Formats: sequence, C-alpha cells, structure tokens
Amino acid sequence: MSGSEARRRPGDRAFHGLATGAGVLILVVLAGVAGFLVSEALPAITAPVADLPDGESLTRYVWPLVFGTVLSSAIAIILAVPMAIAVALFTSHLAPRPISMSVSYVTDLLAAIPSIIYGIWGIAVLGPASVPVTQWLADHFGFIPLFEGPASTTGRTMLVAGMVLALMILPIISAVAREVFNQTPKGLQESALALGATRWEMIRMVVLPFGRSAVVAGSMLGLGRALGETMAVTIILSVSGVVTFDLISSENPSTIAANIALQFPESSGLDVNVLIATGLVLFAITLAVNMAARTIIGRREVARGR
Amino acid sequence: MKLKKWFVAVPLTLALALGVAACGEDSSDAGTGNGGGAVAGEIAGAGASSQEAAMNAWIAAFQDANPDSTISYDPVGSGGGREQFIAGGTSFGGTDSAMDETELADVAERCAPGEYIEIPAYISPIAVAYNVDGIEDLNLSPSTLARIFDAKITKWNDPAIAKENPDAELPDTDIVVVHRSDESGTTENFVDYLSQAAPQDWPHEVDGNWPTKGGEAANGTSGVISAINAGSGTIGYADLSQVGDLKTVNVKVGDEYVAPTAEAAGKIFEASKRIPGQGEYVFAYDLDRTAAADGLYPISLVSYEMACTTYDSADEAALVKAFYEYIISEEGQQAAATTAGSAPIPESLREQITPAVEAIQAK
Repeated sequence: MSGSEARRRPGDRAFHGLATGAGVLILVVLAGVAGFLVSEALPAITAPVADLPDGESLTRYVWPLVFGTVLSSAIAIILAVPMAIAVALFTSHLAPRPISMSVSYVTDLLAAIPSIIYGIWGIAVLGPASVPVTQWLADHFGFIPLFEGPASTTGRTMLVAGMVLALMILPIISAVAREVFNQTPKGLQESALALGATRWEMIRMVVLPFGRSAVVAGSMLGLGRALGETMAVTIILSVSGVVTFDLISSENPSTIAANIALQFPESSGLDVNVLIATGLVLFAITLAVNMAARTIIGRREVARGR
Repeated sequence: MKLKKWFVAVPLTLALALGVAACGEDSSDAGTGNGGGAVAGEIAGAGASSQEAAMNAWIAAFQDANPDSTISYDPVGSGGGREQFIAGGTSFGGTDSAMDETELADVAERCAPGEYIEIPAYISPIAVAYNVDGIEDLNLSPSTLARIFDAKITKWNDPAIAKENPDAELPDTDIVVVHRSDESGTTENFVDYLSQAAPQDWPHEVDGNWPTKGGEAANGTSGVISAINAGSGTIGYADLSQVGDLKTVNVKVGDEYVAPTAEAAGKIFEASKRIPGQGEYVFAYDLDRTAAADGLYPISLVSYEMACTTYDSADEAALVKAFYEYIISEEGQQAAATTAGSAPIPESLREQITPAVEAIQAK
C-alpha cells in the first residue's frame, strides 16, 4: 500500500524515468556504434580480395594488427597490475595517512594527463633512455626471442610503448583496488593480527582475497584502455607490419587503433571500409575481454557464496 | 579586486582587437589589386594535407586583400579531396596525385557544362636527410640510395657509399632507415623516384604506404625528423622545409650531384611531359625523375589544384578565379615558399596554366 503510494510521487517518478532513460541511452549508443561499424565494415568484408589494399585478404591485413594490439596491452598489463596492487596496498595499509593521501592524489593525477603528452614523453625521454638498456639486453639476453634485437637506436620500440601504456593504466587499476582494499572489514584484519599474523601475512590472507575481484575488474578497465589507446602508441611505435615477439627492435607490429589513426587521413573509398572493419575487430576483442572479466568476477562471487 | 581587473581588461582587449581589425581593413583597400578586384563570398575546399601550410598562407593573404571573402580548406587528404570535389561538396580542392581516368569521367559530369581544371601549383622538394657522426657531406647515386632504403646496404662504410664519397670518413655503424608510418604523398613521390631512377635496385610498387617491412617507421614529417635526430646512423626522407639542421644528401643526376633546393626542384617541369589528351585545362604531369637536365633535383612532391571552368553563381566563380590567380602569381608562390618552404613554379609553367585560371566563369 505505502509502496504504491510512494511510487506515485513525482520526484520518484522523475528519478525513475531519468535513471531508466540513461540506462537505455547507453544501450542505444552502443548499438548505434556497433551498427555503424558493421554496416561500414561490410563492403570491406564482402569485397573481392583483389580490391583490398595490397591485394591481401582482410584476415591477413588484420592479423598483425590484432597481434600488435594484444602484445602491447599484454606488456602493459603485466607491468601495471603488480605495481598498481603495490601502490594500492601502500596507500591503503602501509603509509601514514598524510603520505597516503598525497600518493593517491598524485597517482590519480596520472590519469588526467592527455595521452598525446604520454606519447611525446615516450619518444623524447623514455625512448632515448631505454636505448642503452635494450642494447645491453640484446647483447646479453639475445637468445631470448623477446630481446632478439637488433636494438633500436631511437627507442621507439614495443617495449617502450608497453611501458608507457602501463603507466597510463596504472591509476585506473590502483584507484579501483585502493577503494576495495580500504573496505576490507576491520574485524577480519584485526582477527588475523590477533592470531599472530604479521602485517604481510594479514594482507596476503585477508586483504588480497577480499579485493581480488576488484583487482580483476580494475585490470579489465585498464586493459580496455590499453587496447584502444591510440595517440601514445601512434607517436611512439615504429611500425612495420611484421609479426614478431622481439620487443626491442625498430620493426614492430602496429596496433589496430594506431593503424587507423595513421592511415585514415589519406584513405578513401574501400580503404576506409577496411579500416573500419579493423575497428570492428577491436570492438569484438574489447567485448570479449569484458565478458571474460565478468565471468571471472562472477565465478569468484559464486564460489564465495555471495 | 580580481574581478575588477577583468572588467577593465576585457573591453580593452576588445577595443584593441577592433582597432587592429579596422587598420587591417584600411590598409587592404589599397591592395585589392592583388586578387584581380575585390571579390566577396564564401568558398570551401578540401584535399591534400601536404598543401596545408601553403594553403593557409594563401588564404590568409587573400582574405587580407579581399576582406569580404571567406575561404576555408580542409586538409582531409588527397583522396578525400578528390572525392569531395567530384561530389560537388567543395568549390576547389588540392590533390597530390592527378585524377585517374574514372575520376576524370566523373569530374566531367560535375563540371558540366564547363570543363575540369587541374594545375600544378605546389612543388615541394623532398630531401634525404641523415644523422651520422663525422659525415658532413654525402653524395649518393639513385642505385645506392635505393639499396640503402631497401636494406641491401646496411653499413655506412659500405664500398658502394665509399666509392661515391672518397673524401668522407665513413664510420662502421649500422644504417637505420627511417620512413613514414602513415600513408603519405611524400612517401609516394620518394618511392616513385627510386623506382624510376633505379628500377633494378628498387623492385617495389609505388604507393603512399612504405612498401618494405624493414626500417624504422615514424608518424608524419615531424615524426620522421625527430626519429632521424634521435637515432644514430639514421637516414630518412622529408619535406626540405622541415629538415631543419639535419644534413641532406646530394643526389646524383646525370654526372653531377645536386643538392636539394627550391630552384633545382622547379626544373622538373622543364624535363617532364604533360600527359596529353586529358582535357584542355588538365595539366597533369608525368614527372620524369631520370632526366639529366642541368642542376635538376629530381625528388619532389608536386601537388595540384582542382577547379571547374564554370560555377553556378557568379560570386563563386569570381572568388575561385581570383583565389587561383593569386595562388599562381609570383606573389602567391613566394608566400608559399616563405611559409611552407615550397619551390615557386617556374615562369614557363605559369604562362601555360594562366589560361586555365582565366577560363573560370559563371554559368
């Protein structure tokens, strides 16, 4: 009785309408983007191979780009996740409050830097600084395919691109992780300490398991950004369309987003459709990554009976 | 206090701006002779990004002289420029490559009952720049150049380079070839030069995308320049106006080595042939980069301007005509040379293409 009365209040109705509208709008926009991608990509998908750029099939054109996209994002995630967890733990559990405040503030600030600035910093500072290191890696660890070389003399390598991407996604992951680490029930933490656990043991046994799904969710958000990052990669990476695990040479696979940025300005006709088709592939990859993340989070929550 | 300052500052700035604008109008009245009489109206163009800097200079100077006119140029790229012009979306356009037969047929429809005009008005020398410690002066033949860019010659002290530079102290370092990672008219013209001048050593197709997988790739002219600067033993190609302090290669033409200069680049029109039979006002050139003319620098980008001989409205026709008259004038070419580092078109070419611009009229 009272519930139905409450529903009739104008404020409630307006709020209900606004919230539903926002939710529906997102779906409509997403469907619109997907529809645009599919309809614009179709001419490229259906066109005879001979008409496509360089007479290559679409799969052969997209494959090195997919490889480059996944490789650069993988480097970024591998570098960023441990560091983000460490930063989040430092600010939530280890640092004294004033330091913790300023560190989280500065970390969040990293997210506000435009990606083109990261790109310029990458070629102007990090790239040249990486040259002696990659040279050394090529000389001493050349037997590992990752460091096969020959090392680039300009530092515009996959490794540097991955490092810059890692820096760009670090604030996203650490912010999500920090918020959840902070919410770890005090009672559980104190019980662990009371049972004689050291601080590290407490973090390992209480905080990390509690925040695990948040770390996964944050990582997926970061991975989404790394997959789609355009400007920084466009500027930094020396691309040549090869497929290689060699991270330190000047011959690297391009990424989907960077390739679109590079080729679009001078493209026309079917070439544009081909580029949009690669965009569709990126869309699919991102979708798959997000769905995988949901499944992982969902499974953990079921396992823990939540 | 802060607010008060703002209240004073804003009107002051406005007053200043208006004052300056007024001055601009005054002084320009005297200079309207520039574009063949005062014209008014608004036209839009789109096309090659290579011309962007020159186009901006032309537009700024032209609008100064004809304050009632508004001209815009969207540097969407050559392909997009041709597409938009053929579709009738733009009044004029720029393109790095001349229209092919299909496009010519389409554009004839767009310009009917008039004819299509295509004139070369922007020549930009492409320099081969390098950054190698100890090499001050470098002479290279087309064949050596092609083999360097094809990664067949990989050391700076290769005998082929040493033979052409007997006085230079060539270091035993690796050659790092820097090329464009984006599709570009600069790449297309440079590759066209290699395949024309050294067909045996350059087996790749001519295209705006760099054809080989090797070497270092960089985004845009600025990217190439910064990569050449940042690395050691690097060599790459870029617009002459953008190479800055980098040293440039003297390219072998006939029996001599020619340094890239605007003047030497302009001579390509003396050696090249206009493609016949495409239309009275279509001045598409088959650039001959192998000609051994005296002092000719063979690597340059030639960009064309597109227009129709007839336009629907008298204003549009007058405006396009006046603007193109200015572009091909000595003054206009000099303005582009100053801002964009292009090579002014030679007098003989101007004489040939002037009738095309003069033919523009209203329906």
